[in-house]
Parts: sequence; C-alpha cells; structure tokens
Amino acid sequence: MTTISEGISALPPAPGPFDTVRRILFRSPTVIAATVMIAIFVVVAALAPWLAPYDPLAQSMLKINKLPSWENWLGTDQFGRDVLSRMIYGARNSLLFGFISPVLAAIFGTLLGVVAGYFGGYTDRIISRVVDLLLAFPELLLAILIAAVLGGGFWNIIAVITVAFIPGFARVARAQTLSVKQEPYVEAAIAVGVRTPIIILRHIVPNIMAPIVALMTLWVASAIRLEASLSFLGIGTQAPNPSWGNIIRDGLNSLFGSPWPIIGAGAAITIVVLAFNLVGDAVRDALDPSTAR
Amino acid sequence: MARYLLLRLADAIPTILLVLTLVFIAMRILPGDPALAALGDNALPEQIAEFRERMGLNVPLWQQYLNFMGGVFTLDLGSSLLKNTPVITLIAQNLPYTIELTLVAMAMGIVAGIPLGVIAATNRNKLPDNGVRVFSLIGYAIPDFYLGALLLITFSLNLGWFPINGAGEGFVDRLYHVFLPALTLAFVKAAFLGRLTRTSLLEVFGKDYIRTARAKGARENRVIYRHGLRNALLPITTGLGLSLLSTLSGSVAIELVFNRPGIGRLLISAIAERDYAVIQGGVLVFAMFVVLINLLMDLVYVVVDPRVKVQ
Repeated sequence: MTTISEGISALPPAPGPFDTVRRILFRSPTVIAATVMIAIFVVVAALAPWLAPYDPLAQSMLKINKLPSWENWLGTDQFGRDVLSRMIYGARNSLLFGFISPVLAAIFGTLLGVVAGYFGGYTDRIISRVVDLLLAFPELLLAILIAAVLGGGFWNIIAVITVAFIPGFARVARAQTLSVKQEPYVEAAIAVGVRTPIIILRHIVPNIMAPIVALMTLWVASAIRLEASLSFLGIGTQAPNPSWGNIIRDGLNSLFGSPWPIIGAGAAITIVVLAFNLVGDAVRDALDPSTAR
Repeated sequence: MARYLLLRLADAIPTILLVLTLVFIAMRILPGDPALAALGDNALPEQIAEFRERMGLNVPLWQQYLNFMGGVFTLDLGSSLLKNTPVITLIAQNLPYTIELTLVAMAMGIVAGIPLGVIAATNRNKLPDNGVRVFSLIGYAIPDFYLGALLLITFSLNLGWFPINGAGEGFVDRLYHVFLPALTLAFVKAAFLGRLTRTSLLEVFGKDYIRTARAKGARENRVIYRHGLRNALLPITTGLGLSLLSTLSGSVAIELVFNRPGIGRLLISAIAERDYAVIQGGVLVFAMFVVLINLLMDLVYVVVDPRVKVQ
C-alpha cells in the first residue's frame, strides 16, 4: 500500500527561479557562449573609466585619422580621439538603453494591455485601436518618426524606444488578461469583493508575466539596435558623447580617413545584438513553449 | 470578394484619419515650441510672431487641426523654411528614389531568400540548413547601416567598382547606383525570408496531402513546389508585407550611408535643420506608406488564399 505522503514525496521539487535561469542559460553551448559574451560587455561597460586607455572626449590635432597602432589599438577619428576608448564608453550607452527601455515599455505596455483586457468596452476599443495602428509600424520607423518630433538626448531616446515598444507589450498583456480573467480564482476574488486594483496587481499581473518577460529579453537586442540606428541618424546620443551608432556616423563623415572606427563599432553592435538574440530566443522557448520551433 | 475589398477600403478611412490626427497631436502638443526650435533661443519676439503666423500657429488649436486636415487633402503641406520650396514639391522630387530603392531591394531579397528557405527545408539539419541558419542569425544581428558602410568601403572606395554617392540618371545608370544600397537591404530581407520560408515549408511538409502526393508517385520537385511552396505562401505573404515595411524604414539609414536622395534623407536633414514643415511632411509620407502597405497586404491575402473571409 502506498501512502499519500509517499505519493507527494515522489513528485519532483517545484523549480525555483534560480533553476529556471540555470535551465535557460545552460541549454546549449551557443547560449553559454552568448551569455559569456554579454557578461564581458557588461563588465567592460561597468569598468569603462579603468579600462579605457584615454579620455573618450580628448581631442588631439597631432593624431587625426590614425590607423591602429600600439598606442591606439583601433586608431583615432577625425578629431584625434582614441576610438577604442570611445567604443568602451559607448558600450555604456548601448547597454543602458538596451536594459532600461524594454523594462519601461513592459511596465507601461502591460498596464495598458491589462486595463484594456480587464475593463473591456470603450476603454478596450480605444486602446486596442491605437495599439493596432501603432503595431502596423515597424519599431525603427516609429522610433525615427517620434525622434523626428522630440529630438535627441538621453531621456528623449529612452522615451522614443519605450514608446516604440509599448504597443507590442500591450497586445500580449491584453490577450493574456482576457484568458486569465476567466479563471475561477479571479471570479472568486470579484465575488468576495476584493478591490479592482488589488485583483489586477495580485491575481492578474503575476499570472501573465511569463510571455512579458520573454518579450522583454527578446527586445533588449532590438533596443540596442534602435539606439545605434538613431545615433547613426543623428537623432540619438548627441556628439561629442560616444555611442556605437555615432562612431560609425563620424567614421562615414571622414570616409577617406581610417575605416577602423566603423569596422570596430559595427562589429561590437553585431556581436552584442547576436548574443542577446540567442539568449532571448532561449528565454522565449523556456517560458513560452507554444512558440518553440 | 468585391464585398471584402469594399469593406476593407472603407475600414481604412478611419485608420487614415486616426494617423493624421496622431501626427497633428505629435507635431503640436509634444514639448518644444516649433518657433523656438526653428529660430533658436535668441530669436526676437517679432521673429517668433512672424514665424507663428507664417506656419499658421497663431490660431486656436481646433482651427489649426482643420487647416492641417484641409492641407493634407489638398496636398498643401506648407513650404520649407530654408529652401523656400513647397513641401509637396520636395516630396515629389525625393519619393521616386525611395520607392526605387525599396522595390529593387525587395526583389533582390525575394530572389535570394525564398530559394534559400527551400534549400534549408529540403536539407533539414544538414550542411545547407545550418549554413542558412548562420546566415539568418547574422542577418538579424548586423545593423543595415553598418553592412552598407562595409560594402561602400570595400566595393566603392577600395575597389572602385561602384559609385560613392548619388542616384544616377537614365535607366542603366540608376540601376548601377541603386545596386549596392539595395544589396545591403536585401541581405537582411533574405535572412528573414529564408528563415520564414524554411519554417512554413517544414510545417506544410508534415501535412497529409504531402504524404499522399509522395505516395501516388509525384516527382519530388512537384511535391516541393506545387504542393509544398504553394501552400506555404500565406505566411510568406505576411512576411513579405512586414519586410516591405522594414525595408522602407531601413532605407532612411541606407540613403544616408550611400548619400542618395530620398524621403529618408529629406526627413533626417530637415530634423538637423529644424525645418518644421518638411519634418511634418516626411512623417506624413512614412505614416501613409505604412497604412497603404497594410491595406495592400490584406488585399493580397484574398488573392493568395480565397478562404480568407470578412469578419
């Protein structure tokens, strides 16, 4: 005879959050390599003042457009600034925008989507109409159009990328809310008279987080690309502050100088975006099995 | 079918009005006085007043809204502050180049991407499939302006095979000028379409009718193209629409890299020069393109898949 307690102990222990993270990151050698790559870039960005051999803003008339050498590993730009130092400081900008904007967009987008899904009616109709319309725009185009009106600068870029991402989160959150709303525990909470904000925060939001978190990790890469594109177009990080995007812009403006600023900064963007894409895919596959291929 | 087309067209009208309204709100209500932005902080009060009158900013907001809507429908978008040219003329001059770049890039992307997807799907988990996977991972990660800059440095500056800037004159010369910029955009398109074609084909290959076709002895090519690809077309069509939109947004940076005329470069230089009316015109053109391409996509669905019905 098996006892009930034996039946319970035969179940595997519930996975903690740490187990989930471990399961995602150690899935395959590619994902491990991507994680290590991201870690390296994060360390470089964090330790920029100690790692950068020169001041990224220091100009020198004596070394304009120099090719790579022992003194300047990636050469210098048209103002004689050390390209490697600018790239190291540029990593700060890229990663900062890459992390902040998806988180902010997730917060505002989830809020909008939950409100639309939970209340329904005219609220839902108005929010959904605008969200659907904005979803028709590619994020890059939406970001360019908003930046065209707002202009560049740190907070404006955060706002631009955040707004470009909000519709995606709102749509996912709304769809999830619609299905969670039907669950018995939500109906029970309504029946016993729990206040609406509490229902939303305690019962709905925690239960729709998995796809939101998956989307958030996927969009870190997009945010880094967006910031680079906007800075390249001159409506992102403003000169003289370094960003991978405007290092390429400066490089193109002095095309007959050294090509190394362009090659270096572009390779950095490509590697970081590739790494975040790989990790993002792994997180999505782990948290949202329906989309796994 | 005709009913569907009419309904879909009617549905586009409120969307267009909503887009116009959002553009109006963005241009007028967001922080920053356009007069101050255009003239600088040191502008005299008289200059600001004159600017506001010239731009029609001195009347109540609702009247500005009506003027704006009226202007859009009569194609009167004001005129450029710096060039003293009507905005609509500037758009008309630049639009053909952007359309040319987008269409050539799309064509190149389709010609490369769909066969890549077919090769990957028919050689699943073998060398060609892995090759296509690596190609599409890189295509997803590399910024198009970086790829453009690399191509420009290699093939135009160092090898001298292609022109450094401009758009050329006459058919052949224009194709010659558009080749490298279009190739840049097509690379990303091919990565996206290749992966999409692979996924949709593999899905179709699992269907019963494919097994039936093979069982009755149809040749493999017929199974792949006639039974497989034909049925994988619907998701690919969606992908084509999305990729047309992203080609359009990518064209902005590419026009800058290759120093080509176009709406993207018009908009970006207007932002740098704070040319209010031109910024508004550029934003409008892109927004309208998005609405029209989405409408077009919906219409193409009906042609590709007659099962699509009006909701």
